[in-house]
Amino acid sequence: MKFTRRETMLMALGATAATMLPGRAMADVDEKVAEFTGGAEIGEGGLTLTAPEIAENGNTVPIEVSAPGAVSIMVLATGNPTPGAAVFNFGPLAGAQSASTRIRLAKTQNVMAVAKMADGSFVQVSQEVKVTIGGCGG
Amino acid sequence: MISRRHFMQAGMAASALYGASGFGNWGRLAAQQVLTQDDLLNFETSGNVTLMHITDIHAQLMPTFFREPEINIGVGDVIGKPPHVTGADFRKLYNIESGSPADYALTYDDFTALAGTYGRMGGIDRVSTVIKSIRADREDALLLDGGDTWQGSLTALRTNGQDMVNIFNALKTDAMTSHWEFTLGIDRVMEIVENELNFPFLGANIFDTEWDERVFEPYQMFERGGVQIAVIGQAFPYMPIANPKWMFPELSFGVRQENMAAIVQEVRDAGAELVVLLSHNGFDVDRKLAANVDGIDIILTGHTHDALPEPVLVNKTYLIASGSHGKFLTRLDLDVRDGEMKGINHRLIPIFSDVIAPDREMTALVEAERAPYQAELSEVIGKTDSLLYRRGNFNGTWDDLICNALIEEREADIALSPGFRWGASVLPGADITREDIFNATAMSYPEAYRSEMTGETLHIILEDVADNLFNPDPYYQQGGDMVRVGGMGYRIDINKPQGKRITEMTLLKTGELIDPAKTYVVAGWASVNEGTEGPAIWDVVENFIKRKGTVSVDPNTSVKVVGA
Repeated sequence: MKFTRRETMLMALGATAATMLPGRAMADVDEKVAEFTGGAEIGEGGLTLTAPEIAENGNTVPIEVSAPGAVSIMVLATGNPTPGAAVFNFGPLAGAQSASTRIRLAKTQNVMAVAKMADGSFVQVSQEVKVTIGGCGG
Repeated sequence: MISRRHFMQAGMAASALYGASGFGNWGRLAAQQVLTQDDLLNFETSGNVTLMHITDIHAQLMPTFFREPEINIGVGDVIGKPPHVTGADFRKLYNIESGSPADYALTYDDFTALAGTYGRMGGIDRVSTVIKSIRADREDALLLDGGDTWQGSLTALRTNGQDMVNIFNALKTDAMTSHWEFTLGIDRVMEIVENELNFPFLGANIFDTEWDERVFEPYQMFERGGVQIAVIGQAFPYMPIANPKWMFPELSFGVRQENMAAIVQEVRDAGAELVVLLSHNGFDVDRKLAANVDGIDIILTGHTHDALPEPVLVNKTYLIASGSHGKFLTRLDLDVRDGEMKGINHRLIPIFSDVIAPDREMTALVEAERAPYQAELSEVIGKTDSLLYRRGNFNGTWDDLICNALIEEREADIALSPGFRWGASVLPGADITREDIFNATAMSYPEAYRSEMTGETLHIILEDVADNLFNPDPYYQQGGDMVRVGGMGYRIDINKPQGKRITEMTLLKTGELIDPAKTYVVAGWASVNEGTEGPAIWDVVENFIKRKGTVSVDPNTSVKVVGA
């Protein structure tokens, strides 16, 4: 079974409202981030991104983001032709500010997450996910 | 890495932990031709818990020859650290006398001559003798198998792993983890685990792809000597990438470091006083895991086939490497008191098949498993003038032979053979039997394909595999060796990033550089793609050897390595 980005399952928790970014061509990563943050400074910490080091299937890579106290988390696949992968918005009734989904990765690249916290500050984290042709192990 | 002396001191420093390790002085005894079983098994029982570790036996029930690697390069933080030490450096590091039994067992040089002196190693009936002897010292010693058990021989292939399941049940194994087991296909694995195996098949990092739920038990608790012991299993993390995913389409693996930290916490909360990780991660992955995850006392490493005479201490975790192919069994006596490990006595016991008496009960079981296949196994196919071995980061003579066979039998320009680390050695001057060929090729996706590839595709493949081996971050390594190439030479700079390591790809038969745009005929085997077609690799190799009568393999000088 292959997932396209549009078919990607969203398993956001609680009263989370999840929004998929439209699949049309998007601005590059920097622009995307600037749009999300309004140009605010971005710190680190308080946001975790869980992704495999090596994708078992580049067409459907499971990722999870978690940032207690966040109101919104954006996920970018920085090496994809259209980097925007997902934006999760957490309402005031959300039990936890975490979400998991599966994204498609065209090639080895950094997956990046940016979270907007309740106080209006931003944090980011990224991890390299390798997409390999495989074989020859063992 | 720590030397024996440092090991003792480190032990003292860490909350009065005491320790001992090494081979004792049997090396010298053997040199005087008085090596006996007692020398190999002599071990002062200590503490209150005994662990026995065997791993990566690759279905080798009989004593075999297995030459250790000459080239085993470490990258990033582990340059020059064990297990990335070979030959004279290894002897120096562990104070091993040249020409001694330890030298023969643990290094590559002078292998043929020393094999003549010291003979074959391993044999599950000898291993059984050692296990029984340890159980005589401590009845409730735990026997833990690190996996790669059900694959690697003709009999395991023909019986879908049944021979190994029967034997490891008979050994009274307490738990195992896995890698090549899954190449039997998920249905067969589930059949064995649910109906046939007498002990748990552990995999804390095996989840189903749909619901992300565990498929197997992550750990097993044991009570031994009044101590609560948690044995956590970690299967090979890159199963669906390095081996055919279509054989177990609904399973997901991965290192999953956070998952491991959570499991360690869970077993500690459940009262574990000793936490043992039975791992098939590969040594460097385990070294990183030990540095990043607290609370694991012992990691029994596997997958990368390293044999180390001493533990490697990382964080507060002792990493144990017990070799492969049944050459060694590790005994660990641990002193666990007041909820923590206070002492460790370690010995990597070499299974010299001419010194350790076979356990007759086990010999009979092995013979029964092999009997239906005896004629097939023992048929002589040809002879070799060269030592045939597998290990080495870039090549080995077994794969040189396989590549030569692929090029000639399948009329190809270039041959590719996967960087497997399993496969017993054959001495120069010896007959090559069908069993020998299967020991280097027996697996469930053996089709020898013949296809056309552009120079660019070949470059991408080599770069991809090189990064699986030489990525400086161990979590991005898969633990195999470099794909072996016949008919083509190349230069590799291991310190460059992916895409920049491989240059000067040259077609050997013309001496011309490979043209990225040109198409070449490539033969290979063990493709992970479903539906690959071609004759089984063992038939290709057998036809080639039969046709030649006697084979010899020229020294391989076609890979230029830079930056090692």
